[in-house]
Amino acid sequence: MKRKHKRLTFVAIGLLALGTATALILTAFEDSIVFFYSPTQMTEKPLPPDRRLRLGGLVEEGSVARAEGSAVIRFKVTDLVHSVPVVYEGILPDLFREGQGVVTEGRLVAGVFQADEVLAKHDETYMPPEVAEALKESGKWDDIRGAMTHQGPPAVAAD
Amino acid sequence: MLRYANPNRFMRLARVLTPWSAGLAVLLTAAGLWFALVDSPPDYQQGETVRIMYVHVPAAWMSLFCYVVMAVSAGVGVIWKHPVADVAAKASAPVGAAFTVITLISGAFWGKPMWGAWWVWDARLTAELVLLFLYLGYIALIHAFDDPARGLKAGAVLALVGVINVPIIKFSVDWWNTLHQPASVVKMGGPSIDGSMLVPLLLMALAFKAYYIYVLLVKMRAEITAGKVRALRLRQVHGTA
Repeated sequence: MKRKHKRLTFVAIGLLALGTATALILTAFEDSIVFFYSPTQMTEKPLPPDRRLRLGGLVEEGSVARAEGSAVIRFKVTDLVHSVPVVYEGILPDLFREGQGVVTEGRLVAGVFQADEVLAKHDETYMPPEVAEALKESGKWDDIRGAMTHQGPPAVAAD
Repeated sequence: MLRYANPNRFMRLARVLTPWSAGLAVLLTAAGLWFALVDSPPDYQQGETVRIMYVHVPAAWMSLFCYVVMAVSAGVGVIWKHPVADVAAKASAPVGAAFTVITLISGAFWGKPMWGAWWVWDARLTAELVLLFLYLGYIALIHAFDDPARGLKAGAVLALVGVINVPIIKFSVDWWNTLHQPASVVKMGGPSIDGSMLVPLLLMALAFKAYYIYVLLVKMRAEITAGKVRALRLRQVHGTA
């Protein structure tokens, strides 16, 4: 075996080993890498009550209620299986609306998520407003929205 | 590839390609910017803010592309003792680092109005920040040795180890739930981006690529010339003309 072949083998085996190690580490730490928990995970998994968490999902249609004379807003975050009620006081991002993906940060207190930050999540679909209008009119809108599996977290928790 | 291990042969080719790549970069940037800023429609959800995409996404693609070029060149340089590959790795690093900085800054400007945050520690953003540190580490490492050859060897190890971060960045949005939205262009089932927005995006991506080729050629030519000057000086000092 020539020296350059030896070096090539060494680099190839090294990269393979490194890739495997990284894959194992990332799988092991999967729970800490996820940016947010879905309502299903939050409902079914016993999570420590005093820990700061992020809850992500869609803002449930018809669930947004603003309190009179204050900036307190109540809504539900859903993954279409479970939903978690959220209370938040503050300014919402422009993209916040019913049916929109959001990520909220705060604490879960007695089944109600007390959020102190609300971030809007937008999907990977880009189109001009006229195209969106036309899709809604032709009734194909829901097909497209349904295909956006990543709009929120997976509807059913992986485990 | 091994044919161009001869720096002189590479220099002849580079001299021809440099003006062409520069011209191509100017043309593509002009066309891309016109389509991106004037001709393309606003987004149905994000409005005019979507135009940040035409800088952010090509820069992000380039930050990965430059890293792959750098790592492969560094690997070829170490395995085949290819002097031009060493130069290519060294020249790619600062360009890739610059594209990474552009990605992070334009991303912050996009994140604030859309998400409501300049920065979040989700998997995609964190991995991109790690990429910047890999570039900076590589640049620091290759200059940390008195003997440039040893510096390049140490740098190659770092570059090759760091290449594992590239698929992590690309697939982070599919493997974990992140605030960053999943891929729109390179994904199963075709792009989920309207043609009127895809054209300027791809034009800008090509413009960035042409610019990268131009800068890479200029930097590599400068580096090879500097190496020749160094060799001549050494010969002068040692008096063996």
